[in-house]
Amino acid sequence: MSATRRPRRTWLVVLLVALGACAWWLIYDHLESFAKWLTYGLLGMAAGNRLAKTVAFFVFEAPKVMMLLTVIVFGVGIVRSFFTPERTRRILAGKRETLGNVLASLLGVVTPFCSCSAVPLFIGFVTTGVPLGVTFSFLIAAPMINEVALVLLFGLFGWKVAALYAGTGLVIAMVAGWVIGRLRLERWVEGWVYETASGVGLAGDEAPLSWNDRVRFGGDAVKDIVGKVWPYVLAGIAVGATIHGYVPQDFMASIMGKGAWWSVPLAVVIGIPMYSNAAGIIPVVQALLGKGAALGTVLAFMMSVIGLSLPEMIILRKVLKVPLIATFAGVVGLGILVVGYVFNIVL
Amino acid sequence: MKVLVLGTGCAKCKKLFAEAEKAVAASGVPAELEKVEKMDEIIAYGVMMTPALVVDGEVKCSGRIPKLAEIASWLTTAAAKNG
Repeated sequence: MSATRRPRRTWLVVLLVALGACAWWLIYDHLESFAKWLTYGLLGMAAGNRLAKTVAFFVFEAPKVMMLLTVIVFGVGIVRSFFTPERTRRILAGKRETLGNVLASLLGVVTPFCSCSAVPLFIGFVTTGVPLGVTFSFLIAAPMINEVALVLLFGLFGWKVAALYAGTGLVIAMVAGWVIGRLRLERWVEGWVYETASGVGLAGDEAPLSWNDRVRFGGDAVKDIVGKVWPYVLAGIAVGATIHGYVPQDFMASIMGKGAWWSVPLAVVIGIPMYSNAAGIIPVVQALLGKGAALGTVLAFMMSVIGLSLPEMIILRKVLKVPLIATFAGVVGLGILVVGYVFNIVL
Repeated sequence: MKVLVLGTGCAKCKKLFAEAEKAVAASGVPAELEKVEKMDEIIAYGVMMTPALVVDGEVKCSGRIPKLAEIASWLTTAAAKNG
């Protein structure tokens, strides 16, 4: 539509994006030296001082994470402009279960998804021949492997932890969806769902997007997501910075350390009701990790915060009976527990 | 002409409704704006992402909030079609 209405020069958009990328890299590359200069030079703080440690941490991490967040959300926004739920459904409909679970988990990462649309999406999938277990693989992967979580994990823990998180999250989505499919739980889907005549093909016939539209899509994603999470991220980093400077070394070892077997289930249970503040929790958790918490416990906590959200379960109650929601939470929770223990043992 | 905003009442749905209201006023097209919040009615339009905008029975967009000018252009095109 807009491609024909106003043939705006694509090269101009490309040039602007390229210029922005260069400026971004220049600033990002100098953040660490800037933070050191500000803390120890301009503010004249003594190295080794607790307050100085806190300030240096915040001045470096806060802009770093915000910049990473902006660029990744923009990139993911552009990738997502290629995938719509309609397209994903067409790929998944009628697929054999095992292959379907794998595909659904991967597509869950790149398809735009918001938990407020979980119900229409669920109905749209199961009434057009996407198996129940495959639908669940999608519904588990979509919120769990989320760009904000990945950015924070990458920025604060490094790429290995971010990759571990994404990898194990995908495996949990595939296996949990497969298990739910094997259990044949269709009887616990509310009866009216399968009777609903879903109007297939009515929606989704929007005109193909031009590159200008895709860039705008990415920009909108940044405004939308970064605009919503930035206070949590900054608050989280501020708390994290304080812990970093003031809490004694090895303080967390007794509570969240490898030795405490109950720490993984506890982390999962505490994580379920926390949802919107996920972005603020990661920096806190990162600081705790430096004080002796175990990585497996931390990953389990992260996954249960994002992957098992109470509000989403309440929304899904409209289409699923309680035993199915409980099974869903149970299977995913079990997967998260296994991940937590395995990493505590292996790493 | 009938303009429907489909959505269960999340923040984005309210925003789309407000945008559609403005677009109706700006375009000067005689249109009735209505909210559809019942899940089965939303599903009947084949929408998988809310909010969605329906103009004269046709789903124009779903899962996003279009620009005011975009909504206005749908309204004027639909009005021209109706004669």
